[in-house]
Amino acid sequence: MATQRASAATRETYGRTLLTMADDHPDIVVLGGDLNVSTFVHLWRDQYPERFFDFGPAEQNIVGVAAGLAAAGKVPFVSTFSVFGTGRPYDQLRVLISQPSLNVKLVCTHAGILTGEDGMSAHGIEDLSLMCSLPSFTVITPADAPETEQAVRAVASTHGPVYVRLPRAATQIVHDNEYQFSIGAADVMKSGGDVAIIAMGSLVAPALDAADSLAGQGIDAQVVNLHTLAPADESAIIAAAQETGAIVTAEEHYVHGGLGSVVAGVLARNCPVPVEMVALHGYTSSGPANELMEKNGLTAAGVEAAVHRVLKRKG
Amino acid sequence: MARPSPLWDLWTGLRGGNIILAARIIISFYIAGGVLAAVDQPLQTVEEMRATSLQLRRDSLEMIYGAGSGHPGGSLSEIDILVALYFGVMRYDANDPAWSGRDRFILSKGHASPGFYATLSMAGYFGREELSSYRKTDGLLQGHAHPMTPGVEMNSGSLGMGLSFALGHALAARLDGKDYKVYALLGDGECQEGEVWEAAMSAAHHRASNLTAIVDRNRIQNDRFTDEVMTLEPLADRWRDFGWNVITCDGHEHAEVLRALETASEGGPTAIIANTVKGKGVSFMENNPAFHGRAPNAEEYEAALKELA
Repeated sequence: MATQRASAATRETYGRTLLTMADDHPDIVVLGGDLNVSTFVHLWRDQYPERFFDFGPAEQNIVGVAAGLAAAGKVPFVSTFSVFGTGRPYDQLRVLISQPSLNVKLVCTHAGILTGEDGMSAHGIEDLSLMCSLPSFTVITPADAPETEQAVRAVASTHGPVYVRLPRAATQIVHDNEYQFSIGAADVMKSGGDVAIIAMGSLVAPALDAADSLAGQGIDAQVVNLHTLAPADESAIIAAAQETGAIVTAEEHYVHGGLGSVVAGVLARNCPVPVEMVALHGYTSSGPANELMEKNGLTAAGVEAAVHRVLKRKG
Repeated sequence: MARPSPLWDLWTGLRGGNIILAARIIISFYIAGGVLAAVDQPLQTVEEMRATSLQLRRDSLEMIYGAGSGHPGGSLSEIDILVALYFGVMRYDANDPAWSGRDRFILSKGHASPGFYATLSMAGYFGREELSSYRKTDGLLQGHAHPMTPGVEMNSGSLGMGLSFALGHALAARLDGKDYKVYALLGDGECQEGEVWEAAMSAAHHRASNLTAIVDRNRIQNDRFTDEVMTLEPLADRWRDFGWNVITCDGHEHAEVLRALETASEGGPTAIIANTVKGKGVSFMENNPAFHGRAPNAEEYEAALKELA
């Protein structure tokens, strides 16, 4: 039985957190592309119109202007949907922002398949692969509202390009008020010696539920929230492998180039152990978000099944 | 030109026929009792600019010949525009490239870096000896302009991006209450990139009056003549339709370029269509698509230097 938790839309948390930083960070400016209500930066637009620029759905230009603003000392937050904000201006992100390492914050919403009914083109399942391929970028996927708030504050105060990945749907709140987010430092949410589940974003709550269920079967699962994919917390990944000898990764992203790939790379170089990956294995169709998550195995049951598979391989 | 001193502003005011501005500057200078800022580089007369352009053309070819690769055609076509900007119009401090009040020049057609580097060196951003490091391992001068080089604002090499980047600087000036100008130099083939028009549309929408785009209209792009690849005309009308002031000039006549830049400074966004000749100054490179992106061989190099003597 899954734990009952409150839920909140992290994109709304993002929009509200931005507002609270306006006075302390006078250099923050916000750039949008005609999706400002959906990304919640309309809150900023309405309160600080002189520090807000809309460019319509012209993402190459938005990113280019953001680079110029950053080069002139501003801290631009760029927000649109992940499918539009990463793939469309990829070359601008690469040449204008990553290569000179400019201080631009790309905070995209509607990532993953929780955009459900909007269908395949709206499902952002490649964004992490794209953004992790840009050497200067820090890539963060908050799991819930408290983590989103801290992540947004942290990136505003940290120099350098950052991508923050948020979904459309509300996600379960898995952190309490004591939680301390730190960029690049994995969040070990539950210790355990038999297997480690390394999860991210919307899969953190299912990972915790799976660990609960596995405990009832006598399996002691560790749960690590790897909110920062680049730079990944290699020591935490290696420690999890050394402590348990078996790893399951869980992410709402294509299996190539996301969490599973990053973790597997770290383990292959440092501490090879069996790895199973809960992830998308291709495109999926329109449908209610929860049905799509079920259909693609992005659930506690899916994570649990992967744990059993990896434990068999561990021997 | 160097960081503004009252003398420089006076000169600009007088040259623009703006006696009131000139007088006001003198008065405010004496009232403030300000310290006269050092002028690093004297403003050049049009005659001096011609000699400078010849020198920078020779420097460009020397760099490309030394590297064994590079883009001579677009460097030779842009030189007179760069000379007018750096030795006639722009405010900057080569000893303090990050000075926040500087006018910004953004080379969007980043492959034409040799002409740009030669200009920056002459303006005092780095020593002339650095020119030989063009395209060399661990050198200061990358194949396409990168901000690791003093005086370079933007990373470049992928076309279409410079006007967006320039708009970012232009909007930042407004936010910061600064009066600097922003100039972006685009290739004409580059205007086939969609982002140029996204940026053009948005610069007009956001009323970026301190922004000037200069199109190096040399009519040749990488493969062939622009008209063969993709029709650009009516280019001036297209900029006008996007809400820009448009000035057309001869991009090799310094006086004309200066006049266009001064008109642009009265309020934009303004697009200057600078009609130029690809490979300008070297007979066998002029209007020859082959020299868009290939280095001269030894014989060609010697012949070119003779023509540019």
